[in-house]
Amino acid sequence: MSTQPDAGSLSFHPAPAAAPLPRMVAAQAGLEVRMILRNGEQLLLTIVIPVLVLVLFASVQVMDLGTRAARVNFLTPGVLALAVMSTAFTGLAIGTGFERRYGALKRLGATPLPRWGLLLAKALAVLAVEALQVTLLAVVAQALGWDPRGSALAVLLLLLAGTAAFSTLALLMAGTLRAEATLAAANLVYLLLLVSGGIAVPLDRFPASARPVLEALPAGALSQALREVLRDGHGLPWGALGVLLAWAAVAGTLAARTFRWE
Amino acid sequence: MPAPAVEVVDLVKRYGSTVAADGLCLTVERGTITAVLGPNGAGKTTTVETCEGYRRPDGGLVRVLGLDPRRDARALRPRVGVMLQSGGVYPGVKAIEMLRHIAALHAHPLDVDALVDRLGIGSAGRTVYRRLSGGQQQRLSLALAVVGRPELVFLDEPTAGLDPQARRATWELVSDLRRDGVTVVLTTHYMDEAEKLADTVAVVDHGKVIATGSPGELTARGASGTLRFRATAGLDVSALRDVLPEGTQVHETLTGHYLVEGAVDPRLLASVTAWCADRGVMPEDLTIDRRTLEDVFIDLTGRELRA
Repeated sequence: MSTQPDAGSLSFHPAPAAAPLPRMVAAQAGLEVRMILRNGEQLLLTIVIPVLVLVLFASVQVMDLGTRAARVNFLTPGVLALAVMSTAFTGLAIGTGFERRYGALKRLGATPLPRWGLLLAKALAVLAVEALQVTLLAVVAQALGWDPRGSALAVLLLLLAGTAAFSTLALLMAGTLRAEATLAAANLVYLLLLVSGGIAVPLDRFPASARPVLEALPAGALSQALREVLRDGHGLPWGALGVLLAWAAVAGTLAARTFRWE
Repeated sequence: MPAPAVEVVDLVKRYGSTVAADGLCLTVERGTITAVLGPNGAGKTTTVETCEGYRRPDGGLVRVLGLDPRRDARALRPRVGVMLQSGGVYPGVKAIEMLRHIAALHAHPLDVDALVDRLGIGSAGRTVYRRLSGGQQQRLSLALAVVGRPELVFLDEPTAGLDPQARRATWELVSDLRRDGVTVVLTTHYMDEAEKLADTVAVVDHGKVIATGSPGELTARGASGTLRFRATAGLDVSALRDVLPEGTQVHETLTGHYLVEGAVDPRLLASVTAWCADRGVMPEDLTIDRRTLEDVFIDLTGRELRA
């Protein structure tokens, strides 16, 4: 080509081409994970609070939950559900809401990364962070004397179905509300479900009339189902799995219709 | 013969009852710099964002590199660089990290370090986006538009809010893009920017292109200018008028103050000074006002460009 005017000059000769799809998705997923792990408020919700709930409620007899071993076996499935909720719902909703507000999603729409590639990268990032959370919580629970039962495959399926339900709800919220409204609502829902989602407080402590409703919410369905498998050694709870997948289908359909990228 | 870089024919775009583009036509030849000039709300961003595929036109035809920006988005995205008017970066991501990320989405990106040096992003590269100054955010945004080595870039108000030094750096980069064969479409409401930088200026108002041409053509259209000087009182202005092109006016406005109105060009200036020299008269305080794009704009729209 032409001679360079001077050594320090930068050539802008066009060479347009997209990177290979797997490389784009990997780069995006890596960025998403780094953004989650770097965000102090998010770490509080995804790591600190679940670990605190587990350690605190296992060590101190806050409610009559039986022996320490019984308490840990009750709490761990609930805290795993909380971990999924914190990353797939609260974190994803708040993060996506602000990305939309700052025009980052809009700008990314002009890059070669397709939109489904962005969603796939977000899903991979959520799953990677959840893997970290589950590992950490399992280690802490083991140290507290946790005795898990049931099939690992059933647990994995439940965690994936819960992730699908929570993440579609998060995108539904982040894609329609303002970022500040999403922030407030996502934190409020986190708090409400922490209390009423069968995470630290057994659902049978609630009035009988409220229980069917709480069990039909994603947090209640996931925590109860994980408990049935991990504590009681039951097989895969198909009813709860159906509830979670129904939430994912409804929220996913609505999100696909209403999500605004800018 | 390749299709023009951008071809917009009779674009119509409405937002509710507001008509943002009202039969707008624009052609951008490859390898040129085109400035879309107009006041706020004229339809500049709507036009550019329709070309970028963000907006669906309500009417008319839009082709970018011969392709439909929405239907052929996948093919166009690697080839087109975009600088949004504001935002576009994750708030908690460092400037250089964002730049490396967008580079990673392309097969043959520019050298990120060299680009950072070139735009003087330097130490700001380690700062997260939301803590950058407005000017630093603008420069990062510009870098993001070019890092994928596109053949066409859309820059929406690339120098809005920049200090003079940063503006010049941006202008130099835009010129270098053209030197290397990149087509540039930029919007601006700065007259001097359009005048200095652009091969073609499209003046937009109320959703239409009301004039288009090179800066020279636009300012020469119905050309008029003024030349003023001071000299000894009582010069024979009608004799001076006789040596100047037809239609030129000469007046002694105040004693010893002369005003020449007409197509002010180098030849006219030479004629005036030669005429003075023949009479042993020294023209002092000689000033020339040629029409600027600003004047053109006022003539076209009857109002000032809000800068």
